[in-house]
Amino acid sequence: MSEQRKAAALISGGLDSMLAAKVIIEQGVHVEGINFFTGFCVEGHTHAIRERDRAKPKRNNSLWVAEQLGIKLHIVDVIEEYKDVLINPKHGYGSNMNPCLDCKIFMVNKAKQWIQENGFDFIITGEVIGQRPMSQRKQTMPIIARESGADDLLLRPLCARNLPETLPEREGWVDRAKLFGFSGRSRKPQMELAQQFGFVDYAQPAGGCCFLTDESYSAKLVDLWQNRGTKDYELDDVMLLKVGRHIRPKSNFKVIVAREEGESRFLEGYKKEFTSLISSSHSGPLALIDGEPTDEDLALAGRIIARYGQGRDAEQVDILVRSQKGLEQTIQVAPFAPEQIAEEWFV
Amino acid sequence: MSRETLNARRLLCPLPVIRTQDRVKRMVAGEQLEVICTDPGVMQDIPAWCRINGHAILETKAEDGEYIIVLEVGE
Repeated sequence: MSEQRKAAALISGGLDSMLAAKVIIEQGVHVEGINFFTGFCVEGHTHAIRERDRAKPKRNNSLWVAEQLGIKLHIVDVIEEYKDVLINPKHGYGSNMNPCLDCKIFMVNKAKQWIQENGFDFIITGEVIGQRPMSQRKQTMPIIARESGADDLLLRPLCARNLPETLPEREGWVDRAKLFGFSGRSRKPQMELAQQFGFVDYAQPAGGCCFLTDESYSAKLVDLWQNRGTKDYELDDVMLLKVGRHIRPKSNFKVIVAREEGESRFLEGYKKEFTSLISSSHSGPLALIDGEPTDEDLALAGRIIARYGQGRDAEQVDILVRSQKGLEQTIQVAPFAPEQIAEEWFV
Repeated sequence: MSRETLNARRLLCPLPVIRTQDRVKRMVAGEQLEVICTDPGVMQDIPAWCRINGHAILETKAEDGEYIIVLEVGE
């Protein structure tokens, strides 16, 4: 009896990687999933933070997919290593701050290391030629295989028949005739295959959960880099870009204003890292100051946050300012009227 | 049976799952791990991770804004 071969499947939580893994499982290969956490797949975070969503947390789609497939899933923290991919993408960005091609090369390279360390034979992904404008094109398929170092250990079951044979096919570990030749942006072939496998529930849309493809999120990231004067970030920056209103009235500081109770509670956790402001005379949101504000700037920030509290119509509002070290002072400000907060201040 | 505790407060999913996974790797079958979190998403994610990786959930509870999951490491 021949040895059972082992494949590591990159599982994003979307339909394509789910189908790719299933196609190979059906051929008798032992498959385990890998999901890389870059810090930017944060679809569940707003649910975890915002008060109105906490009662209905979003499922983690990669775990859900693994469970549907009956395979193990290894979630790998690549937050630190991923910084270089995002900050210096060799192949550039997509329409927003998404370095999709470099990201795919990085992940396949990490998967190559993983299979070597864990005694697996090859890698599978849910890529389809022509499915994505940046990373999933006919020209990029060999670039990913070559630059990741995976070469012919990388098998794309959904479009393999449009590509040269890989090692698993040549060695007979998988039957090429039972692989697919999908191409183009249509989702119809995948949906038909899902139906054949009996998958009725899967993540929609197929665009994945990466916030770097989001225009608004990307604008906040660019603003962060421009105003810090350096293209760097920490995980806390990634999280905070998802929370609150980001208002930059001057280049030396930004105000992050909680939009509701859950966000205020979340921002509370950062009071030792940032100067914080909250109205002490009226109920209102907590705000953090990112940057180096002067006393005049703090008064300006106070007028902004007073506009979002119950004292918005009062002549004067008391604002408690707390430094990172816990030093407190109270300032009196006149709340801004909505039209006094310039549109271009909103990041 | 020995029980370890993992503080995953303030971490948002999937980080509590990753920290759980990394700790369980260093434990042996039969040992128990209590994970304390503040992200309600762990109530589905950690049990799902346990089911697919062969670990048993002994207890889940929510109290005072915290979510506590006790698991037993499988073979």
